[in-house]
Amino acid sequence: MAENINFEKNITELEEIVEKLEKNDISLDESLKLFERGVKLSARCNKLLDDAEQKVNVLVKKDGEIASEDFLLGDEE
Amino acid sequence: MEGKVYTATVSQLNKFIKQMLDSTPILTNIWIKGEISNFKLHYSGHCYLTLKDEGGVLKAVMFKSSANKLTFKPEDGMKVLARGRISVYEQGGSYQMYIEEMQPDGVGSLHIAYEQLKAKLAEEGLFDESHKKELPKYPSNIGVVTATTGAAIRDIINVLSRRYPCAKVIIYPSLVQGDGASANICEGIKYFNDTKCVDVMIVGRGGGSIEDLWAFNEEATARAIFASDIPIVSAVGHETDFTIADFVADLRAPTPSAAAEIVVPSIHELNDKIASLKSRLVFSELNIIKLKRAEVEKLKPKNPQTKLADTRVYVDDLSKRIMRNMSLVISKKSDALKAVTGKLDAMSPLAVLGRGYSIARDDDGNVIKTLAGVKSGKEFELILSDGEAKAKFV
Repeated sequence: MAENINFEKNITELEEIVEKLEKNDISLDESLKLFERGVKLSARCNKLLDDAEQKVNVLVKKDGEIASEDFLLGDEE
Repeated sequence: MEGKVYTATVSQLNKFIKQMLDSTPILTNIWIKGEISNFKLHYSGHCYLTLKDEGGVLKAVMFKSSANKLTFKPEDGMKVLARGRISVYEQGGSYQMYIEEMQPDGVGSLHIAYEQLKAKLAEEGLFDESHKKELPKYPSNIGVVTATTGAAIRDIINVLSRRYPCAKVIIYPSLVQGDGASANICEGIKYFNDTKCVDVMIVGRGGGSIEDLWAFNEEATARAIFASDIPIVSAVGHETDFTIADFVADLRAPTPSAAAEIVVPSIHELNDKIASLKSRLVFSELNIIKLKRAEVEKLKPKNPQTKLADTRVYVDDLSKRIMRNMSLVISKKSDALKAVTGKLDAMSPLAVLGRGYSIARDDDGNVIKTLAGVKSGKEFELILSDGEAKAKFV
């Protein structure tokens, strides 16, 4: 779950950085720092998407408690 | 034995039968099941009709006061349930039903219930746009309340896997038709809200008849969807099916597959977006560097040392050029000089003397050029090539 919170955060931060650079209201130093961060973020975003593997769980009642199990299509058909 | 056969008038008979029916409690308030035929709406507002089944008919009337309360339009062929009393219309010599209440029977009643609940909840504001929540842009966890078998769950999982495998899917298994289905659905919605383990929910099922989809038209289901803090996308049946759940949900999807598409972004679009952001990033940074450099060039004066060195080089260079030019000038001039000198030499008086000529000069130093300067006995100086001599004119 942490990974995916990061995806949204990462891409939002990347968008903000690009906007800042396009506005060009900053010093050269700051722009270089932002640029570096932007490159890092875009690499991270790409990795998150590339590495993603779908997980599907189904909830089952076991001894009055609800537990989570792996779900496979066609399991119960 | 032969009993006495009673004699009565028509009126007496009719009255008697009426009393018989009127004093039979079950006939004073009864539901009758039948099919409408010969329905007529009289201009007075009263309705006259016949209820029938395979075995026979029953004449009926519904007075204006009762007819006004109808929530549907009765039509020939409609199967209905009618409540009222059975009595005798003495004038007509027949018994008939006086209908107080009527409703469609079977599927028809479901349609009515649907319309009534829809109107009621709409009035309460459950369908208002202002209550609808926005779906998260990049959900991490997606809850699905549906049956674990069938096309719906299969379609949802397939679409999610293709479009956005980053999101985890959690299924709350539920009956989706028949007894207990509505309760199950409500439990599922409540579970996800209590545990907050998902960012968005899909609640639905595959296609079916109005009876099959009924759980999604129940009031309890609607209220559970409305009360959910987690956004819910309804996905019930086919494109043309509209259930009350669809109206209450934060977003209605025409099918379970469509719900899966609505709920997540496409990984391909996201890759494109990242690529575009990256190129904008690089381009804008290069642009900044270019601009900053130009500013610096303009503002910063040249370093004095540099300027001096520059001047030196310039001067050296100039000197070299001057030198080159000067020597050219000099050599040209010397040639000219030589030429002139030569000419002068030739014209020099000394050279002339060498050839045998002499120069006569008087005492004042003036050269005697003409006879006018000659006087007998005058003394003068004679200049020869190798010296001077005193002389006198004879």
